[in-house]
Amino acid sequence: MILQALALTLRLAVVVALILIVIALPLGYWLAMSRSRWKFLVESVVALPIVLPPTVLGFYVLTAIGPLSPIGRWYHVLTGGSLAFTFRGLVIGSVLYSLPFAVQPIAAAFSSVDRTLLQASATLGASSWRSFWKIILPLGIPGVFTGLVLSFAHTLGEFGVVLMIGGNIPGATQTASILIYDQVQALNYAVANQTAFLLLVSCFVLLAVLFGLRRHTKWSLWEWQ
Amino acid sequence: MRRLGLLVIAVAIFAGHSAGQSITVAAAADLNFALSELAQEFQAASGTKVTLSFGASGNLFSQIQAGAPFDIFFSADEEYPRKLAASGALDAASVRTYAVGHLVLWVPTAAPFNPKQLKMDSLMQSSVTRIALANPQHAPYGRAALAALEHYGLKDIVSGKLVFGESVSQAAQFVHSGNAQAGLIALSLARSPAMVSAGKYWEVPQEAYPELRQAVGIVSRSTNKKAAQAFLDFVLSVEAAATLQKYGLTPPVQP
Repeated sequence: MILQALALTLRLAVVVALILIVIALPLGYWLAMSRSRWKFLVESVVALPIVLPPTVLGFYVLTAIGPLSPIGRWYHVLTGGSLAFTFRGLVIGSVLYSLPFAVQPIAAAFSSVDRTLLQASATLGASSWRSFWKIILPLGIPGVFTGLVLSFAHTLGEFGVVLMIGGNIPGATQTASILIYDQVQALNYAVANQTAFLLLVSCFVLLAVLFGLRRHTKWSLWEWQ
Repeated sequence: MRRLGLLVIAVAIFAGHSAGQSITVAAAADLNFALSELAQEFQAASGTKVTLSFGASGNLFSQIQAGAPFDIFFSADEEYPRKLAASGALDAASVRTYAVGHLVLWVPTAAPFNPKQLKMDSLMQSSVTRIALANPQHAPYGRAALAALEHYGLKDIVSGKLVFGESVSQAAQFVHSGNAQAGLIALSLARSPAMVSAGKYWEVPQEAYPELRQAVGIVSRSTNKKAAQAFLDFVLSVEAAATLQKYGLTPPVQP
């Protein structure tokens, strides 16, 4: 029961962190480089999940993927299933919920790349695509790493959104934090305790490894702030 | 990189399938102990894996309406299954009343009074500053608790002391942990080993609240209706009735 929930949590966090990197690289690049006057609006949207209560996000996601919405209907026609209360639904909710934790460090790292390097590479005839892979990404890799780890860790500890769109189904949507909640309600304090302790230890190990790494490299978990 | 992105998304979307004969059951919180026991017996006898998900009936109702992938729904009332059957979310022909639940007033062992003697007046004791019950908006036991308070003319007097759990099992947890000094909860939870060893209770007489007739039904979208029906038949069987009875869930008198 505990291992199942922990494995599910890990799988969710890994999947979400990987998807977020794919989304956050172009989005972070755009936020760092764009001179659009509407950039502040995109920045505000990206940062929203930090301040929004998980219930707001959970409610909207639930409505958006439910059988009455266009997305839900379209998905049902396509696959015959539904997104709500499934692992895939959790992935969607978690990607939205952890979005700023991936995008912000990456955008910050990209925008701190010395512009004269980019100008030099442009005058030497490199495309902006090539400059991205050869200059911006290598120099911004600490930020990418931070974004990856933060979105992973943030998804590990997620509760409110998962509770609202997951439905507490063991093996499908019952993450470790939901299992703890469920077992406390079932007066099964022993299981709740073990799960909580395992989660505590794994989060501590994760952070200890990160901060330990920082001692040997230049980058830190917090430098983007 | 683009290909990697697609791969990642594909993995994300297609991960999370498991094979084998198994059913997922949405069950009212008051069944937490009784149904867990029955599911284990059924699993041992039939080899079908039963995954249980407990919650307030009203929450499970909305989840099933939104297409949650459950096979059976055990409610703590008859209204939710009836509504789901009417909307086509439950197989109308499968809907049955399987048990009648009962309400108790539960207090921790340390309480300086005996609820069996004081009965509803237990709630008026000065040591009782918080009374736990399930949220009446989506939990049938919460509605029963409110009806009982009203029946005894206590609703307005104690309204400032009430704390609401999301489900009846959370209300039980509030009082079991001592954070509430009294609780109006399900007899089926009060009979669980953890609650029996931690407190004492008084069964609220039936005339104080509308009968908690509990109904079950098979979800229309279920892809495993045969196994779901087998589990339902088992829960309705005579041997299962004995287990339900042990937890204070009495057999319904069919109207």
